[in-house]
Amino acid sequence: MAQTITRGKSIVLDGGDDLALPQSTTRPPIHKLLLRDKRATAGLIILCVIIFGAVFAPFITPYDPQSQDYAFLEGPSIKGINGAERTHILGTDDLGRDLFTRILYGTRISLLVGVATVSISMVLGVTMGLVAGYYGGWIDTILMRYIDLQWAFPNFIIAVYLVAVFGTGLTNVIVAISLAFLDDFARIARSMVLQIREEEYVMAAQSVGATNNWIILRHVLPNAIAPVIVQATLSVSYAILGEAGLSFLGLGVKPTTPTWGLIVNSARTFISRAWWLGIFPGMAIMITVLSINFLGDALRDILDVRND
Amino acid sequence: MGRYILGRTIQALLVIWAVGTLVFFMLRAVPGDPIQALLADVDPTAADAIRAKMGLDRPVYIQYIFWVRNTLQGDLGQSIYGSHVSVDRIIVEAIPRTLSLATIAFVISFSLGLATGIISAVKKYSVWDHSFTFAAFLGISMPDFWMGIVLIIIFASTLGWLPAIGYKPLSDGFWPWLSHLIMPALAAGLPFSAALARITRSAMLEVLQQDYITVARSKGLKEQQVIARHALRNALIPVVTVMGISMALLFSGTVVVENVFAIRGLGQVLIANILNRDYPVVQGAILLVAVLLVFTNLFVDILYKVIDPRINYDSYEK
Repeated sequence: MAQTITRGKSIVLDGGDDLALPQSTTRPPIHKLLLRDKRATAGLIILCVIIFGAVFAPFITPYDPQSQDYAFLEGPSIKGINGAERTHILGTDDLGRDLFTRILYGTRISLLVGVATVSISMVLGVTMGLVAGYYGGWIDTILMRYIDLQWAFPNFIIAVYLVAVFGTGLTNVIVAISLAFLDDFARIARSMVLQIREEEYVMAAQSVGATNNWIILRHVLPNAIAPVIVQATLSVSYAILGEAGLSFLGLGVKPTTPTWGLIVNSARTFISRAWWLGIFPGMAIMITVLSINFLGDALRDILDVRND
Repeated sequence: MGRYILGRTIQALLVIWAVGTLVFFMLRAVPGDPIQALLADVDPTAADAIRAKMGLDRPVYIQYIFWVRNTLQGDLGQSIYGSHVSVDRIIVEAIPRTLSLATIAFVISFSLGLATGIISAVKKYSVWDHSFTFAAFLGISMPDFWMGIVLIIIFASTLGWLPAIGYKPLSDGFWPWLSHLIMPALAAGLPFSAALARITRSAMLEVLQQDYITVARSKGLKEQQVIARHALRNALIPVVTVMGISMALLFSGTVVVENVFAIRGLGQVLIANILNRDYPVVQGAILLVAVLLVFTNLFVDILYKVIDPRINYDSYEK
């Protein structure tokens, strides 16, 4: 049974326990299975649109994210309709900057932070977990004592603690969120290694004199990868939420950078006058995170990953 | 059981000590001196005097020993910025706010999550089930601060039903207190109700397939009785786990929501003073959040054992 769980810090949802695929001997490749799943297909399509928008932002919007004009706090308008002089499909902010443009450029920061942090924490965390699980002994004890300590705290709080220590800024935010997610990957990798280490093919490799590094890379890692992929996918969405939260609190990237969290934060001052400033950037976060969650959730069902 | 509780309590204290120590040294290892930031090179002798008064001129290990001794005596030091304000006072003022918010958020997430989860399981694949599932996905994908802003736009600026921001203590009356907490509690609680709804649904579905449910039905029991007496009770254990974790997370997870609604709880104290680099306050707030988290976790683990005596904790104690 696929399970819904809340492990330590991150809430993991699951679309249903009834979606387990029949096990057949000839399993179609993973992309076909993903496209067969409605949630995954929807998630993938939305994500492609978002990535496209982030990459080709300058070609999509005529405005610059920093350029101002005299249309301060103007609601969503299209040129020619109701006498509007310029098109600002999502309106403008207090400095007369086009909101759609700022949200579009904000996608870049969110995706960058999401992908960068998860890559870093995955590589570090999986390495820690593999080393701890494979070698055991005092290495295991030291590494896992630390991981357990971190596990006792929610990821977001750890990120806040780390920003408290390192200071704000894009690099520090990426470092803070990466370190905050380390424990998830380390624990998954370690528990997979503990299972795999006893398998016959590992013993066979050992008996023919394969080195430990070779065994870890060629035999253990490929067999431990499925739950790591699922965790990584879902972590991207938590990282995006985490960055938005830190930016919202003023603990994120520098204030002039257009990021979703900062735009929502700046909307607070004008909350009764300019609803669009608060609503649209939040929707951008929600849609992005939702599509990643759909994808991660479908992956979990397809790869048949259990979270026990 | 007694030994288990004692062991876990010692472990919890060790975790708190480790966190406090880590934070103490990490804050001091980072370049940047709060006193210098405060006086900005205006008057070096005054800066030295303040450092001497606060003990910041001593070697770090001496500072650490003093810090441990004072903390054990319940003295968390003084704020660097609001001079003469003790960290203890700041934190004592903040705690009831955070606890009020977390408690109401917990009640909301618990009742909504459990109700929608049960309906989803009993009416599997119905319109309700599908809508709740989708709502749950929205719930975990929505940033809590944005949820707060949306609620303010709807219920405060547009409808004018609830006060937008701020906090009133319970001593000012029940409704003033509650009305200031409804929106923040919804913003903080809804993501957890989403998670709780999903776990309740899958736990109920699993139980509803069991033979004893078929037996209960074939005895001629009413469906409501089957659900309430037989299914729900057995589905409760995974639900309690998630509830416990949610409770712990809510004590610390209200950081952002407190900021949105300008409630000066623990989280808000933490954030405001991180930006000021006010070490003693940051340290005190982190320590308190750690205490709340660790002891809630401990409480839930003990509760779990009381609910399900089958659980053998010897294997957990490794």
